[in-house]
Order: sequence, then C-alpha cells, then structure tokens
Amino acid sequence: MNIVVCVKYVPDAQGDRTFKDDNTTDREGVDGLLSELDEYAVEAALKLKESGEGEVTVVTVGPEAAADAVKKSLQMGADKGVHVCDDAIHGSDAAATSLLLAEAIKKSGEYDLVLAGLASTDGTMSVVPAMLAERLGLPQVTQVSTLEVEGGTVKGRRDSDVASDTIEASLPALVSVTDQINEPRYPSFKGIMAAKKKPVETWSLADLGVDAERVGLAGSWTKVTSFAKRPPREKGEIVTDEGDGGTKLAEYLAAQKFV
Amino acid sequence: MFELSKDHEDFRQVVREFAQEQVAPHIAEWDRDHHFPSHLVPQMGELGLFGLVVPQEYGGAGLDEGGFTYLCLAIEELGRVDQSVGITLSAGVGLGINPILTYGSDEQKQQFLPDLVAGKTLAGFGLTEPDAGSDAGATRTRATLADGHWTINGAKAFITNSGTDRTSVVTVTARTGERENGRPEISAIMVPAGTPGFTVEPAYDKLGWNSSDTHGLTFSGCAVPQENLLGERGQGYRQFLKTLDDGRVAISALAVGLAQACLEASTEYAKTRTAFGRPIGVNQGVSFKVADLAVMVDAARLLTYKAAWLKDELEVGRRSVAEVKQAAAIAKVYSTEAAVTATRLATQIFGGNGFMEEYPVARFYRDAKILEIGEGTSEVQRMLIARGLGL
Repeated sequence: MNIVVCVKYVPDAQGDRTFKDDNTTDREGVDGLLSELDEYAVEAALKLKESGEGEVTVVTVGPEAAADAVKKSLQMGADKGVHVCDDAIHGSDAAATSLLLAEAIKKSGEYDLVLAGLASTDGTMSVVPAMLAERLGLPQVTQVSTLEVEGGTVKGRRDSDVASDTIEASLPALVSVTDQINEPRYPSFKGIMAAKKKPVETWSLADLGVDAERVGLAGSWTKVTSFAKRPPREKGEIVTDEGDGGTKLAEYLAAQKFV
Repeated sequence: MFELSKDHEDFRQVVREFAQEQVAPHIAEWDRDHHFPSHLVPQMGELGLFGLVVPQEYGGAGLDEGGFTYLCLAIEELGRVDQSVGITLSAGVGLGINPILTYGSDEQKQQFLPDLVAGKTLAGFGLTEPDAGSDAGATRTRATLADGHWTINGAKAFITNSGTDRTSVVTVTARTGERENGRPEISAIMVPAGTPGFTVEPAYDKLGWNSSDTHGLTFSGCAVPQENLLGERGQGYRQFLKTLDDGRVAISALAVGLAQACLEASTEYAKTRTAFGRPIGVNQGVSFKVADLAVMVDAARLLTYKAAWLKDELEVGRRSVAEVKQAAAIAKVYSTEAAVTATRLATQIFGGNGFMEEYPVARFYRDAKILEIGEGTSEVQRMLIARGLGL
C-alpha cells in the first residue's frame, strides 16, 4: 500500500508570534518544526506500513527551511519525501496550498491513501484535507481517532461530543487523523542515520505545471487584512468574604454560566 | 573545528525532546518517591541510546567510529533534565554493556547484549566494596573454582542498576588467587540475577540521584558456572581500569548537562523574578553569577567533547591510551567541580525558592555532589593528571 502523508513546517508555538508587513507569519528568528499534529499522521502511516507492505511518502509545501519537516518524518521512518518550494508560493492560503499538494501528490506516483493531521498548529484551519480530497476526487474521512485498512476499504471513528461515527470509504481515500489516534514515535538513532540516504524531491511551480498566478499572496482566494495581538489578560475579580463569600462565589459562577 | 555535525545536532534534538516530554513532567515525583522509572529503559532502547557503541549484530548502531561522542551527547541531554536518568544510561552502557562487549565470549555476547541494547534488560558492574574503591587491589570478595563452578563470597557497594526489575546480570570483580609477587589475582565473573547466594540489599538512602537504582550486593556461597568468567582470568583489574576511563568522560558529560540546566534555569529566573521593582538580573550580583555559569558550561563542554572525541579516535587507533586517560581525568575533574559550583550559584540566584523542592534547582543541588566522587574522586583525578605529567 502506498501512503502519502501531508505535513507542514510551522513556527514553534513556544516562540513569539509575529507577522510581516504583508500580514504573513514572520518566520525569521523563530525555530520551525514539523507541526506536532502532523506527527500523528506520520505515525499512523508508519503503523499501516509496518502491518503490511508499502511505502510512505511525505509531502510538504513551504519555504526552504520546511525541508526540516520532511527530514523529521523520514527520521521517524517514512521512505521518501517531496518538498514543493518556490518563491512564488509565499503567502498561499489554504485553497492554494491544497492545489499545490494535489499536484505534488499526483506527480509523486500511485497512491492508495492520503493522510493528514487534524490541523496545523499555526493556522489551525483544518480545511486543507477536505479541499485536497475534492481536488484529488477522493472520498474524505476526516478527523478520525482510529484507522483501519482492510482490503480496499478504510475505516475510522470520528468522536464528537454527542456521538461517535464510524466512517468507511473505498480506497483510494483521504483521511485526516486526530491526536487521539496514536503516540508518535521519536526518531531513533538508526532512523536519523538512515534518513540521510532517503530520496527527497524538491519541486518548483514549473515542475508541477502550476501557474504562479494561482498561488501565493496574489493568487489566494482569501487574504489576511489585519491582525491584532490578543488583549492582555484582565485583572481577576476579588470576592471578599464577609460571611457571604460562598453565595457571592456561586452568584459569580452562575452569572458566567459556569454553573 | 568547534561545531558538532548536523547529525550530532539532530540526535541531540531527539534526546532533548524525549527528556523534556517523557522525563521532565514526572521527575519531581519520581525523585520524591525514590522511584526508579524502569519503563523509560525500553523507550531509551528504542531510541537507540544503549546501542550507540555496539555493532549491528547485537542490535546496535554499528557505527565505524564516533559512537562514544554520540553517547556522551545523549547522557548530557538526559542529565540536563535529570541526573538519575542520565546515570542510568551512562552506567547501563559503560558498566553494563561495555565490559561484556569488550571482554565477553561470543556466547556471552549473544546471550546478553541484544536484550541489553534493546533496553529490555540492564546489567551492572560490581567493583567497589565497603573497603575497596579506586584501590581495586584491595578487593576482598573471593571466588574459588571447583567442580566447574566459581563460588563467590563477599560484598559489593554502591552498584548502579544492580537491583532493578530488569537487571539480568551483574559482573563482579573477585580475588581468584594470588600472583607470584604476592598481590591478589583479580578476575571478573558474571552473576545472573536470581542466582542463589546472590542477595541484592535494600536500596540506599542517598543524598541525591534518588531515581537511579543503587544497591549493596552480598555473595554467600554463590555458585556460577566456570564459563561465567568474563575475559581472561587475572585480568579483572586491568579490564576495570579501562572501563573507568570511559566512565569518567560519561560522568563529565552528565556534569555538563547539569551545569547547562543551571545556566538555563538561572538565566530565565534572573530575567523574570523581580525585586525592588526590577528583574533581579539587572544587578551584577546576580548577572555576574549567570555569566560565570556560562563560562563554566562552555569550558566543561569543550573539555568533555575533546575527551569523547579522543576516545573515539583511540578506538580506531589514531590516539594513544595515555592521551585519552589524561583528557578523561582533566574533563572529569573540571566538569564535575564546575557542576557542583553551578548548582550552588543557581540555588543562590533562586534565593529562598532555590531551597524549595518545587523548583528543579533544589534537586540539582542534591544531585551534583556525587559527580565529584563517582568513577574516581576529584582527588584521584588530580593524582592521575599529576602522574600523567610525570610527577
């Protein structure tokens, strides 16, 4: 079974988040890494590969440094990588990114399953998997916390507050997984050494045959027009107990609809 | 010349993540409860940490060269979060795996190494006795050979990884006879866990390293097959000295990790803790201490990496034993004394909070002292260094 995993290189969530003049994320001076939520997708792919035959290809779209996200996936055990990298991609929104991923996946060869994480830890939009399934003409099974492949079908469970759905689709299909599905492995020493010899293709827009006008800031359908820092946390309210502290506390909680 | 390779940094990053995610959140509790986190051992095995200096046929990394430096990086990164976990790896490889790998027969290697490398089991090495430390010639434990069996009687002290739920074997040094010059003949013998007559005494009540496994061992008519001799009869002392050289660099790496942790914690605290309306770090009384920490960390790290590199070079025949011995002793004495100073400075910077177990620096302070003692005291290191200078 050939599995493609879409991964994203994101700024470390622990670092300070800043934006550039064009309202895109400022990556200068912030360490980047493989989006933690994508590690679950990589792990899910590796588990499927280990239980049978097949190959795991990781695909990413991003600047030069995004090669690190591919590398980390290869260190974990993926077999090969694809990195779509082109100056014209800068500022691409979710729809434009899904176009690039779709073209890269088509170019990368035969596949049975496309996996993605729940969301990126920077944009947290969760829409790319659905868009990608649409572009590739695949059934989509999104946000599952279990995953099984049997014969020509894939099955997963999507948990919500009120119920759990079990969803089945025929392969090839696209599946996005939550952080409940597994415990991603750490790369082993052997994995780190082996990753150096694994093939990584770097493709430009020209390689994919995608017109630069369809991607990047100008080609994106959505645009970030402004941003604002989260307001500083307001001072807490202090309730002085004058014999009625319990009542006041209960009233406060009720007013906030906590109780 | 002063930069590690990308591979080294990638590896360091993985061990750091592992330590941050799997050790850091729990270590205060484990330390308080004197709990040995046995479940971490197979996880460390999966990362490949026990196999960095081991050939592929036993499940190791199979590197042509450079394995020891990788091991020191792993020890440093674990030690940056917790010294107990760091020493568990250091002793697991240096004292558990290495002697078997270096001196074991094919059968002994096949029997023990794959599980040790995978982190399924741990092994210990028993040299120190209540009355014999670096003075290994004073060993009292005796082993007598009769009817194809060694019968061991005696006691060992402070043996790391000797009493865990996954300890498979402890190699002990014992007098097996007397040389012509009247000095004792010392040999190393492997004693599998659970052998009748081999008793693991209750865990020590230690000042620090609470989450590492340390026991006294007693041998009373403990009989093991003749084939359990490790290496050649009468070579036990020499074998052990070589083991100690490596161990010194490993302890040095552990000290670097500790000093680094002190530097990071102190820098952060000096920036965020305010007194008299300003961060305490604006006062030179604090900032100069942090600067001193930075100097110590850098110097200790460079000495340690140099010694580790020399050891790797020695393995492929490009350096001499004497060079490695000297560098190992120099790194060990400097780094461990720097680490003890670093924990003292860090707790001072933390003030009253530094005395509280709520902050990791209190644990660092307790954990540091043993570094100046284990694998040869600072005094022994200075003796060796002076000897190396022809004094």
